[in-house]
Amino acid sequence: MKKIEAIIRKSRFDEVKKALHETEVNFFSYWDVTGVGNEKQGHVYRGVSYSTSDIQRRKISLVVSDHNVESTVETILKAAHTGSVGDGKIFVTPVDEAYRIRTKEKGTDSLS
Amino acid sequence: MELLTTNNVWMMVCTALVFFMHLGFSLLEVGLTRQKNAINILFKNVFIICAGLLTYAILGFNLMYPGSFLAGVIPDYFFDLFGLSAPMADGSLDLAYNEGYTYWTDFLFQGMFAATAATIVSGAVAERIKLGSFMLFSVIYITIVYPIVGSWKWGGGFLDGIGFYDFAGSTLVHSVGGWGALIAIYLLGARLGKFGKDGQSHAIPGHNIPLATAGVFILWLGWFGFNGGSVLSADPSLTSITLVTTCLAAAAGGISAFLVSTIAYKNYDLTMFLNGILGGLVGITAGADLMSPSDAVLIGLVAGGVIVFGVSLIDRLKLDDPVGAVAVHLACGIWGTLAVGIFGSMAGFDQLLTQLAGVGIIGAFCCISAFVILSIIKATMGLRMEEKEETEGLDVHEHGMDAYAEFGTAND
Repeated sequence: MKKIEAIIRKSRFDEVKKALHETEVNFFSYWDVTGVGNEKQGHVYRGVSYSTSDIQRRKISLVVSDHNVESTVETILKAAHTGSVGDGKIFVTPVDEAYRIRTKEKGTDSLS
Repeated sequence: MELLTTNNVWMMVCTALVFFMHLGFSLLEVGLTRQKNAINILFKNVFIICAGLLTYAILGFNLMYPGSFLAGVIPDYFFDLFGLSAPMADGSLDLAYNEGYTYWTDFLFQGMFAATAATIVSGAVAERIKLGSFMLFSVIYITIVYPIVGSWKWGGGFLDGIGFYDFAGSTLVHSVGGWGALIAIYLLGARLGKFGKDGQSHAIPGHNIPLATAGVFILWLGWFGFNGGSVLSADPSLTSITLVTTCLAAAAGGISAFLVSTIAYKNYDLTMFLNGILGGLVGITAGADLMSPSDAVLIGLVAGGVIVFGVSLIDRLKLDDPVGAVAVHLACGIWGTLAVGIFGSMAGFDQLLTQLAGVGIIGAFCCISAFVILSIIKATMGLRMEEKEETEGLDVHEHGMDAYAEFGTAND
């Protein structure tokens, strides 16, 4: 099993969600994240210019069985892509064990 | 009797509209400030209307309309200074009091106005003033300073005698609040982080622009009563031209501020647009019954420009006015008062000088009064929150509350 975490544009979230649901993925978690980088975005408020380095993105997290990793990553790569700087990143990490609380199933069975 | 009924109903509708303006001020001020101070600014607005009405009933109304003056200047307060009482046995509810409204309507309509002057100050001093100090200041200001200034014109005092004209209060209400706001932000200092070490001005964006927008629409609606009621009767021609000039000036003020700020700063700033509408409204208030529709548009257009440059001037003076109260109420109040001598049926150089005299005399009185009151408060109770309290927010330190409890903490 692997955990896939991806930081994507909020504007691509619906596309990614739709694409993932069309693959084997039935469920995933997401939350909004703020990143801080060197890129600055200019703003003006009541005649005063200011810039912010805060970047708003959405992070999605899902655990899949080993044979689904490649297709899931491919799906996200495709759906989240715009080609401009700031499309985000995908991280894949191993997961030791998974349990479904209701049935006490473990391993890959608990994921479906 | 039918005439009185019609007039009186209109005046009570206008009274309700002016009351509604206090919601408009509340929303505008809370929207243009930060989340961590939302409860605090709403608390001040709620306090002002309650305290304003009570103090106006106890003292303000009689102070503002003394009935007679000693030597034409000093109001004759020796009779009936405190409390509300009908001026004559059975005359309070019929034409013997006034052809436009009853004694009680008169009180309530004027009472709604009185609190407005302090509400103007509340936005300017937002996010850093001590709640107790603000409440004390606003009570003194609306109980004493506002009615005394009002008595000089609307109460039949010496400014009325020299021909000074202020229809609904560009100076008597808005500038009185604006001068108080100016002195208060001078004595209080800027919010932490507003000006950098190099003197550079920093933006502190308001946390809810949709609420600020709702506030401005409500204020505009309230102005139908503010100016429409200042006719002091339901006179068909005067009320309708007044509402036309009021709305045209508001629209022109908004468009002008939006265009000027877009040209100056290369962005479509909604908050400037909103301030421009208010600037137009304040600007037309002094002569809403004197102006032609095209005069009203011109007054609004100038007011919109005054807003954009006023906001920038306040910034350059290293003064911090989060909601633009000084530019809206003071700068446009002065402009509107002077405009009576430039446009409309009273225009003329002599009238312009009279208007200027009124602005100067009232300005001096308000500045001195506000300076004395605030300096005494500063020396005794203190005016400003501690640095830590201001940084973490007035809501948690003054109130122990969170305006949006389920949306996470506002502390930064």
